[in-house]
Amino acid sequence: MATINKSAEQQIVTIVSNKRVGAYHQILLNVGDIVKNCRPGNFVAIKVGGDTSKMILRRAFAISRTSESSQYGGTMELIVAPHGSGSKWLCGQDEGTEIDIVAPLGTAFGIPTEPINALLIGGGYGSAPLFGLADVLKSRGCKVDMLLGASVGSKIYAPMEGKRSVNSLKIYTEDGSMGETGRVTENLLAIVRDRNIDVIYSCGPMAMLSAITELVAETDVIHQCAVEESMACGVGICMTCVLPVRNEDGTTSMLRSCIDGPVMDGANVRWDLVGKIPEALA
Amino acid sequence: MTLPVDMSTTLGNAWFPAPIFTASGCASSGKELAQFFPLNQIGAVVTKSVMSKPRHGRPTPRMAETASGMLNSIGLQGPGIDSFLANDVPWLLEQKARVIVSIAGETVEEYSTLARKLRSVSGISAVEVNISCPNVENRGLVFACDPDASRRVIDGVRKTIGGDLPIIAKLSPDVTDLPAIARGVVDAGADGLALINTVLGMVINVDSMRPHLGGKTGGLSGPAIKPVAVRAIYQVHAALPNIPILGMGGVATGRDAFELILAGASGVSVGTASFGNPSSLIQIQNELRDLLAARGFATMQQAIGYAHREEA
Repeated sequence: MATINKSAEQQIVTIVSNKRVGAYHQILLNVGDIVKNCRPGNFVAIKVGGDTSKMILRRAFAISRTSESSQYGGTMELIVAPHGSGSKWLCGQDEGTEIDIVAPLGTAFGIPTEPINALLIGGGYGSAPLFGLADVLKSRGCKVDMLLGASVGSKIYAPMEGKRSVNSLKIYTEDGSMGETGRVTENLLAIVRDRNIDVIYSCGPMAMLSAITELVAETDVIHQCAVEESMACGVGICMTCVLPVRNEDGTTSMLRSCIDGPVMDGANVRWDLVGKIPEALA
Repeated sequence: MTLPVDMSTTLGNAWFPAPIFTASGCASSGKELAQFFPLNQIGAVVTKSVMSKPRHGRPTPRMAETASGMLNSIGLQGPGIDSFLANDVPWLLEQKARVIVSIAGETVEEYSTLARKLRSVSGISAVEVNISCPNVENRGLVFACDPDASRRVIDGVRKTIGGDLPIIAKLSPDVTDLPAIARGVVDAGADGLALINTVLGMVINVDSMRPHLGGKTGGLSGPAIKPVAVRAIYQVHAALPNIPILGMGGVATGRDAFELILAGASGVSVGTASFGNPSSLIQIQNELRDLLAARGFATMQQAIGYAHREEA
């Protein structure tokens, strides 16, 4: 009986649509009943390159949102940045192409049982899973504010329909080409204070997640972040995607961001030790 | 119509109903893959090499994909033998999986200490003695690159473990005379050999213009190294035809597994292929069965070393 990856299924699924949106591709997959087990924060691991590819590893993508419609059945949306050879291959696939996926994988964002004030912070395509999360939080009566940041405006992912699920949306770009000039961390403490934020949900570059953790360290705000580490397997067997995480007893363990993450409590991640080895074990 | 093929195999005195195994370090302790196939349907779960104490391993980045392969630099991260024996082995036995425990040490004494702890564990099928992990602090300490050090480790394990638990020595292909190393560990008491561990390699990041991996060097695995594995198994089987070999290195299909068996492997471990396809062990086992049947083999064991037969 499985105790890890227990909702995961491996399936051949079909690409329903593949559209360019700014610097990204919005890819919709017909995944059937898999959607029933997908939660905001979970990810999907996709085989890339076709059967004769020299790329042997799956690529992990955050599940942006899922829906169940009478026309397509269960669909899963991904926001993909065509950066490396695997993501470029995926972005080049046409409607109707069959691909091999494993989903859902990883931990999900914790959903509060009572209405709270939530602040969602996304960096670049890290905003993708936040819109699905916003829908769920809204349906639980939460107040949902969102901050999105990127280096340039074309790297902001903020779909029209997504904006409907948030109470406010503020955009920052480093070059000022969209929204305010600067970073999402610019006025973060003032925003947290003025809006009585209880929980921050974040997804984006590690430097952003680390900076948010540091800013809210002295507050009562809970920071749930979806981390990004390079993975070989996505299912917990390769041990490559580890992060130093503080245990309850004060020691540090190297935890796998695929099965103990991607969603982690930011306060527990030893950001100072990422890329290093923790102190020797007793 | 083809007849069913008897897929069973043996490694020393241990019997397995099927010839496809996980590769140590590529399946953790089995829990992660159990969602994708029942662990009792493969030959055995070869667990990730465990050391006497818990260990963090090497810093990230620990991985780099390469053409038809990947480099890893994990550095034997693990829970330590006590936690492993208390938690992981009982769980695997509950699943009715057969278990080969892989051990790794920094000294000859550490291997003996680990062997002593395994003595009292019932239910395990064999012990793999990993003397060839390339991701240790001092590459000069890879025991399997030194015939004398290899012998001393196996000798220590043999003397400590007692009983009849088969000892499988895992060797490195990164040596000049692999059959000589193999002969040495067999003389010291190894019942079988695991061939091959990863091949030492490096990737340089062209953005940072430095070695990409946190540990600088890493072990190359995946289809890129399969011909190295076939060569190593062929050479060692020719030199030591009666010593069972657990073959591994880049196996991703039933054809790959068949090649290793023809070269002389009695069983085949699948490692990196599981990263790209968590169901690969079962698929490979089914493809192998069909291939053996199509070639007219009634048993898998008839195919072991078949590539060595005299020309007709």
